[in-house]
Amino acid sequence: MLYAIQSLPFLWGGLLITLEVSALVVFLSLVAGVVLGIGIAYGPRWIYWPIRIYSDFLRGIPLLVLIFFIYYALPLVGVNFTNVMSVVVALSAFEAAHIIEVVRGAIQSIHHGQNEAAKAIGLRFTQRLLYVIAPQAIRRFLPPWINAVVDTVKGSALVSLVGIVDLTLAIQQVIGRTYIPMPLYVLGAVMYFLINYSLSSASRRLEARFAYIRE
Amino acid sequence: MSEPASVPVVRIRGVKKAFGSNRVLDGVDLDVHKGEVVVVIGPSGSGKTTLLRCINLLETYDEGSIQVDGVEVGFRDGGEGIRKSRHDRDLSRIRADIGMVFQLFNLFPHLTARENVMLGLRKVRGLQTAEAARIAEQWLARVGLGDKFDSLPSQLSGGQQQRVGIARAVAMGPKVLLLDEITSALDPELVGEVLSVVQELARDGMTMIVVTHEMTFARDVATRILFMDGGRIQVQGTPREVLTATGHDRLKAFLARIEMKHH
Repeated sequence: MLYAIQSLPFLWGGLLITLEVSALVVFLSLVAGVVLGIGIAYGPRWIYWPIRIYSDFLRGIPLLVLIFFIYYALPLVGVNFTNVMSVVVALSAFEAAHIIEVVRGAIQSIHHGQNEAAKAIGLRFTQRLLYVIAPQAIRRFLPPWINAVVDTVKGSALVSLVGIVDLTLAIQQVIGRTYIPMPLYVLGAVMYFLINYSLSSASRRLEARFAYIRE
Repeated sequence: MSEPASVPVVRIRGVKKAFGSNRVLDGVDLDVHKGEVVVVIGPSGSGKTTLLRCINLLETYDEGSIQVDGVEVGFRDGGEGIRKSRHDRDLSRIRADIGMVFQLFNLFPHLTARENVMLGLRKVRGLQTAEAARIAEQWLARVGLGDKFDSLPSQLSGGQQQRVGIARAVAMGPKVLLLDEITSALDPELVGEVLSVVQELARDGMTMIVVTHEMTFARDVATRILFMDGGRIQVQGTPREVLTATGHDRLKAFLARIEMKHH
């Protein structure tokens, strides 16, 4: 137990890496996912199909394969990322593919009459999206998006595979020195759980704020 | 002073539209002048709702021309007679001057009654919040909802929701108001409160095109009634001329069916 406490500062460093990678991925995948999700919901065929193929393909391969592909294979064609960035790019591309579908589903769940009414009063496309569709769609967007965020935090543990000392690798290194796996793995699990539990409870509070919207 | 032959508010010429192989509009011509209330009747599938939706381009049309206040709605001139589709910005500007009230109300469920009416005033007309609120409250009071400014659509009855829908459309100061079967989704006892609002608008000189199955209402409010069938205007005239028409078989059959439903 003492070892566990002594190792806390070291684990803290790993935890920060986990949080930093997660935050970056959550941000990048949200921006890309929302833009492409709107493209797939409203775009003409030449916008729709490339996004459709991207989303289906990325969701169809294991995340680990994607990370190794970007880390080991892309340098062969001259695209070099640092080890952190290759995981950030892989995770973002992977999560974005899921968020595209979440955004598309949330938009398409809104009755088409809403868009028509917004058109009829003369709102332009971005205004329709901003003032009419998004405020209603966000209620359907939040729960699956929070799932994606939780997946991201857990998925960020894969950075340890390319040698970055995040929470997972920090724990393994401490275990390597102390040979007492049990309390440290439990500690690590508790830390991941606390991050994700606070995320999902924050999301529940957020969802409650939109509960007044009834069609 | 006699009115010179004015430019019609809505001018429709030879409009055709097909959904796949199904021809819904088969050459429609129509002029609607300022202050006219044109009621369109006809069996379902006759093209009346599609015609209405073409006027603010919620549906596109394949052939012909629809002008509102002299401006072609469906396309812009691409030079050498080529039709090009309008940019979203142009189209929005045209639509802002065409009011529409929907069968299923289509109120914005996340906004209060006042905010529903204010949205277009603020974002399309560019009014300040206070001014938009003042106009919204004025119109809501006029449709008898002076005590419902802060209600969400889900807290209102169908009849009240539809009156908000009317207020939302007329507050924009449209050149023409399109009413698409606005009482069809209402319980019978709520129909009257909505129709009396429309009647009042008609008295104030609002130019309207109304698609409805309410024949009594049509007779009372219309300056002209059109009977559509098979994507064409088959008969038109004053309410008396059309509703007592005996010369047209399909119109007679239609009126008889409507009559039966109401007894």
